[in-house]
Amino acid sequence: MNEATNPIPVTVLTGYLGAGKTTLLNRILSESHGKRYAVIVNEFGEIGIDNDLIVESDEEIYEMNNGCVCCTVRGDLVRVVEGLMRRPGRFDAIVIETTGLADPAPVAQTFFMDEDVRRKTRLDAVVAVVDAKHLPLRLADSREAEDQIAFADVILLNKTDLVDEESLLKIETTIRSINPSARIHRTERARIELDKVLDRGAFDLQRALDNDPHFLDHDHPDHACTPDCDHDHGHDHGHDHGHDHHSHDHKDEHGHHHPVADIHDTSVQSISLRAGPLVPDRFFPWIQKTTQMEGPNILRLKGIIAFDDDEERYVVQGIHMIVEGDHQRPWKPDEKRESRIVFIGRDLDPERLKRTFEACQAK
Amino acid sequence: MPTLAPLDLDGHCMAAAFLGDVPYFALADGSLHWLDHGHKTTQLHDGLLCIAAELQGDSFVSGGEDGRIVRFHNDGSAETLAENPGKWINCIASGPQSSIAYGVGRSSFVRTSDGTIVEFAEERTVEGLAFAPKGMRIAAARYNGVSLHWPAARAAALDLEWKGAHAQVTFSPDGNYVVSVMQENALHGWRLKDGKHMRMTGYPAKVRSISWSAKGKWLASSGAPAAIVWPFTGKEGPMGKAPLELGTRGDTMVTSVACHPSDDVVAIGYADGMIIAARFNDQKEGLLRRGGKGAISTMNWNKRGMQLAFGAQTGECGIIDLAG
Repeated sequence: MNEATNPIPVTVLTGYLGAGKTTLLNRILSESHGKRYAVIVNEFGEIGIDNDLIVESDEEIYEMNNGCVCCTVRGDLVRVVEGLMRRPGRFDAIVIETTGLADPAPVAQTFFMDEDVRRKTRLDAVVAVVDAKHLPLRLADSREAEDQIAFADVILLNKTDLVDEESLLKIETTIRSINPSARIHRTERARIELDKVLDRGAFDLQRALDNDPHFLDHDHPDHACTPDCDHDHGHDHGHDHGHDHHSHDHKDEHGHHHPVADIHDTSVQSISLRAGPLVPDRFFPWIQKTTQMEGPNILRLKGIIAFDDDEERYVVQGIHMIVEGDHQRPWKPDEKRESRIVFIGRDLDPERLKRTFEACQAK
Repeated sequence: MPTLAPLDLDGHCMAAAFLGDVPYFALADGSLHWLDHGHKTTQLHDGLLCIAAELQGDSFVSGGEDGRIVRFHNDGSAETLAENPGKWINCIASGPQSSIAYGVGRSSFVRTSDGTIVEFAEERTVEGLAFAPKGMRIAAARYNGVSLHWPAARAAALDLEWKGAHAQVTFSPDGNYVVSVMQENALHGWRLKDGKHMRMTGYPAKVRSISWSAKGKWLASSGAPAAIVWPFTGKEGPMGKAPLELGTRGDTMVTSVACHPSDDVVAIGYADGMIIAARFNDQKEGLLRRGGKGAISTMNWNKRGMQLAFGAQTGECGIIDLAG
């Protein structure tokens, strides 16, 4: 029993009721041979869950007493995870199925802000299941649907059999406009290889961005996509079309290379920024100030930073005001030493972010 | 010299306590172990979440992941007092005349000895419960404060508000104060006669363990590299006074405290398994256990204060006998 060196991985499933979360959950439970899960659920949906260890928990958001409105955790998860971890021998991983209306931020922040939970577990990834048929409607009438996409590391575009190819492409473009760094997989009945949703290491600074060697390249004109390009934004055809779509139907509102969807109901935007090597003494105060001031508006941020005269890549990630960063690995000889960062959020000022980010560059 | 009789069990020890002269050890898996002419054991729950010794001193009440409330008698028998299928029983407290209080989701329940159960709905999940030392009154810790209820009188609840999450609650033995353990690194207290707030902050870690001294003049707590012992002697409680820091160590945290039943002495358990006893007036320390594999999670003295039962998160348990 060594809790300190073997933190238990936690996968968070989000998505509207009926999108296919429970179907995915049951696949995880039945197809992970030999792996045992503790499942935390909030509402029992129309489909039963086939698992020995299921804990029902009442979604309960706790604000931390530090005056910051976005510093929230899920009190119920603190309690349940603590209880589960007192008997660590009976499961290998935890899956949390949230309600359709859940805000994913407090769920994720629980695994960073609560010291005991953080010591014993590691958040592996936030997986959103979206219903290809109903997503446009959901995005139009709920902020939560958008938040769930904005927050996800992996997105299952489910029920693809219920819509035609053209609609799928549109939806993918919409999803990508909200969240350019998530991986999108098209699925029917949530059928997917489990290694695409489990053990992703999406919050592991050493792994997170290496899973995606072309981080943010899909919005970059220099990057020519090939079928073996490891983006996973769906099937290859969707992928190619997505890019075509981007080039011919591209409304470049902010002077950035992100595709803008046809559906204008979304309030979440993503801002992808690039710059040359940065000066640490400019970058760190900048990221700190930006997240302090814009924290409530930032849902996620991710970046790979090249520092001037530094042989190693520096990676950062954040949720609202929480930012983590670390040196990851040496730059490879053939890698372009470039700094890339993406902000996903609401009411962000792209021009100011761009200007202030670029001001961190070494002259 | 104190002697130590170890009992190595498999699992997180939630409670080590005496009923009479017999030491009991309750593990997170729901098993209960005791040493009475040999090692005895029974299964109380499939997963134990909370347990409390009852005031008469011959029984425990406990709540589990199985949604059951169980009373265990020192003759080895156990009875189910209530069942809440599918729910975790987060907290339990024992009160006068075999009454008990337990928390299930957003409700506190009080069960009196005749089997009557009264429910008090809270706005938020009940995380901790305590009975007042006198009269039939309970305190329920929840998000943004503590609610006080009078189960017999059916009077309106008295809400003690303080922003933040409150995880445990206790009355001072004289009944003048209510103190909560917060989810952040702090205790919060209220003086009941006027609701005056008492903030007890500065802990580097969460406070997990609290214990009132013999006459209720001191409240010892974990959550720092020393036992933090707050004075409750004057009219103002701990306000404006510095706490004692006993058993300070540079390299490890205090994880459990247990005040001696008659003397101003506290047993202090650490994250590395060490246990010492420290006296309040001269801060003199005595080593009771050198250390072990895991953090001390629970300690309780027997009534005469000659033996200390302890348990660790790693299942190492035992009895320390001061008489040797």
